[in-house]
Amino acid sequence: MRAPGTRLWAIQRLTAAFLGVAVVVHLVTIMLAIRGGLSAAEILERTRGANWWFAFYAAFALCAGLHGAIGLRNIAGEWLGLRGRGVDALWLGIGLLTAAFGIRAAWGLYHA
Amino acid sequence: MADLKVRIWRGEAAGGAQGGYWADYALPARENQTILDVVTQIQREQQPDLAYRFACRVGMCGSCAMEVNGRARWTCRTHVKRVAAPGETLEIRPLANFPVIRDLATDMTPFFDKWTRARGQFQPKDSPDGGVPDEFSVVPPASKMRQQADAGIECIGCGVCYASCDIVAWNPDYLGPAAMNRAWTLVNDVRDGGKQERLDAVSGDAGCHSCHSTQTCTERCPKNLDPSSAIAGLKRTIFWDTLLGRR
Repeated sequence: MRAPGTRLWAIQRLTAAFLGVAVVVHLVTIMLAIRGGLSAAEILERTRGANWWFAFYAAFALCAGLHGAIGLRNIAGEWLGLRGRGVDALWLGIGLLTAAFGIRAAWGLYHA
Repeated sequence: MADLKVRIWRGEAAGGAQGGYWADYALPARENQTILDVVTQIQREQQPDLAYRFACRVGMCGSCAMEVNGRARWTCRTHVKRVAAPGETLEIRPLANFPVIRDLATDMTPFFDKWTRARGQFQPKDSPDGGVPDEFSVVPPASKMRQQADAGIECIGCGVCYASCDIVAWNPDYLGPAAMNRAWTLVNDVRDGGKQERLDAVSGDAGCHSCHSTQTCTERCPKNLDPSSAIAGLKRTIFWDTLLGRR
């Protein structure tokens, strides 16, 4: 796994596998939770303190951030010729920043 | 006899793919003729300085590949009537993704350099003292590895897959389908001792991990080989070997 891109390829496949399941869980939960209408207050009442759900959405956000950034990195490399370690570090930063926004949002919803 | 209209790309290496020009020719259309017949006739009767390459004329050597009406093909095994409807113009240009030497002749050096980079040469296993191993390797014909090696072994290096590959066009460092197909046959050769170095050589952005599996190589291969599956096999092997700590 030494050549540039090999590890990122593996990360993208593993995050894709997790996201495949996570998106289904996410959508099914929305459909089950609505039960004919929900207010913001009701949502917060249920989500506050649900630590496992926070862990799930933190992992979701991390995977989505990394998966998307690696995909954009590949497109930028192929179409714009943007390649190299510095560019990879930049994309990794963008991925982690995106993930941090998602995790921050989940924290706001789930922390007690 | 109706005329067959042919446009041939002409130019020098220094001009690059954009620096050339199209030359138009007309010759009698025949019932049975290949693209190579047409090019040869033009060179012999109309354009003596037209450069192109061929050797066997029967689909064994892989040296006459060109781009005909937008697709890389063996010109010796392509009949005119299969490519162009009556009255339609034939458009012949050198293979894409290769440096042009002149006219229709391309420089295959980068292509074969990549076979070397992908460690496309058999590397016999050593015995502990560095000599030839005492034991013969037993390779059952029905074993999975033998069959996977068999599936790709008939490549003759014509470059049609390489000229048809989008990834090569996007990234000049990319090894390309033929080199990795060759590497996959060797990864499946139990007599070979260079597997780890070879897997390292074909991994990453310049190797199998950039392949989008669009399978143009497989579709265009005149030998009906499947380089796309070979590349997928390399990805799979590298992934699981790394995950399970086998390398």
